[in-house]
Amino acid sequence: MIVAEAKPLEEILESLNGMSRILIVGCGGCVSVCLAGGEKETGILASALRMKRELAGEPLQTAEETLTRQCDPEYVQQLAKKLEGIDCILSLACGVGVQFLAEHFPQTWVLPALNTKFAGATLEHGLWEERCGLCGECVLGQTGGVCPVIRCAKSLLNGPCGGSQNGKCEVKPNECAWQLIYNRMSQLGRLERLMDVAEAKDWSKSRDGGPRRVVREDVKLDG
Amino acid sequence: MAEEKGKLQNLFEQGEFVVTCEIGPPKSAAGDGIRRHTEHLKPYADAMNLTDNQTAIVRLSSIGAGVHVLAAGGEPIIQMTCRDRNRIALQSDLLGAYSLGVRNVLCLSGDHQTFGNHPGAKNVYDLDSIQLIKSVKDMREEKIFHSGEAIKRDEPRFFIGAVANPFADPFEFRVLRLEKKIRAGAQFIQTQCIFDMERFEAFMELSRKRGLHEQAYIMAGVMPIKSAKAARYMQKNVSGMLVPDWIVERLTKAEDQAAEGVQICIEQIKHLHSIPGVRGVHIMAVAWEEIVPEIVKGAGLLPRPQERRN
Repeated sequence: MIVAEAKPLEEILESLNGMSRILIVGCGGCVSVCLAGGEKETGILASALRMKRELAGEPLQTAEETLTRQCDPEYVQQLAKKLEGIDCILSLACGVGVQFLAEHFPQTWVLPALNTKFAGATLEHGLWEERCGLCGECVLGQTGGVCPVIRCAKSLLNGPCGGSQNGKCEVKPNECAWQLIYNRMSQLGRLERLMDVAEAKDWSKSRDGGPRRVVREDVKLDG
Repeated sequence: MAEEKGKLQNLFEQGEFVVTCEIGPPKSAAGDGIRRHTEHLKPYADAMNLTDNQTAIVRLSSIGAGVHVLAAGGEPIIQMTCRDRNRIALQSDLLGAYSLGVRNVLCLSGDHQTFGNHPGAKNVYDLDSIQLIKSVKDMREEKIFHSGEAIKRDEPRFFIGAVANPFADPFEFRVLRLEKKIRAGAQFIQTQCIFDMERFEAFMELSRKRGLHEQAYIMAGVMPIKSAKAARYMQKNVSGMLVPDWIVERLTKAEDQAAEGVQICIEQIKHLHSIPGVRGVHIMAVAWEEIVPEIVKGAGLLPRPQERRN
């Protein structure tokens, strides 16, 4: 899932300077699972903002709505009838959701309430970690199912570097991804595969050329 | 283009036990210190290694420093890290360095930027050190750029170095990774500072078993430690460096800790010299460059050999 976390309340308050009626929109997708932007967090943020503004002598009116997903036009459209008289939308979605709202409502100011962090998973309650670098060309088949692109601090494809000690990366508190790769390959009896020099990655498949697209002619409706 | 080997390669090929040292470029635009160090050190060290923004702290560039070394009559080894340059910049800088007379390059991944003075920097790591080694070799042997495009004339013909850290983990993979570097094209190897002799001997034994000492010139890295405090700091804070307790204790007990540090370093060099497959020693006297002559002399490595040009 996409993991996000709340922006500091002070930063959000500052972005709302001069606004008196806002629509706060949560998202029932990934950010709901990682406890950053679901219905519950939306309600808590709304009360906190109202209290702070009340204390500052500048009361804020809030309306709340949590969409099934903010990255889907079908759900985003549901907000159309709730925009009258509001100064802005405060979105608790990831960066995709915030942009979808902005694209769909060109006349409405849209602000983010979260910082979008990474594609990852829950390790334990209250702890999330990145697992995928979204590089566009998966190498997990060569590295025993451990991603060096995002889990190695230097994205080495022929690691580990000289900073790996006792299973730890020199960049604390990370585990050394290449120690994990080494362990997996040893366990599976495939250590010899690490002797091949992995070739340089084609980063043009990653983020370096503007927004990437996936096109599937076979599922397009207008074909 | 005529084959033009540098002094470092010639000395190795002559069978000499090579001595190199390290010069850390300054955090300024002044080259006079590098020239002064070179003048002072060149009777004692066969080549000077110029670090490339080591520990990710901005300094005068390794190539710029290498040109100062050349101007002062020294033999430079420039370090080239993958941290700050993509494949375009790496190759461009290599062309530039070679055009200026630099013949030796040491390829490394580079210290992570969070250790330096610009922790908010974006790292590059477009290539890793092994891919860089391969690319420098391909420029020389295949006369191609990384993309496969032909270098039509005046290809850079670097003598290629790599680093190895026998003290990092997983230990068993360290020798195999060295082998990968040699397969990719590394001709000389510089190890991380050696303090734990037992572990280094085990590393060399494994390397000899795989014949690596005959496929590349392995130089043992040493570092004189100035004080017990510095030794303790390295023990605790520097990843991939193992400083045994006996060194800390010996320094602590010494009346003159710096002199004791020099003495330990001399003893280590003598020991390393006796290990089969060790073809030279690299002295990393960081911010203590002026001590190198005393160490080389103490280790019985004077006078330095002349290169025989064919």
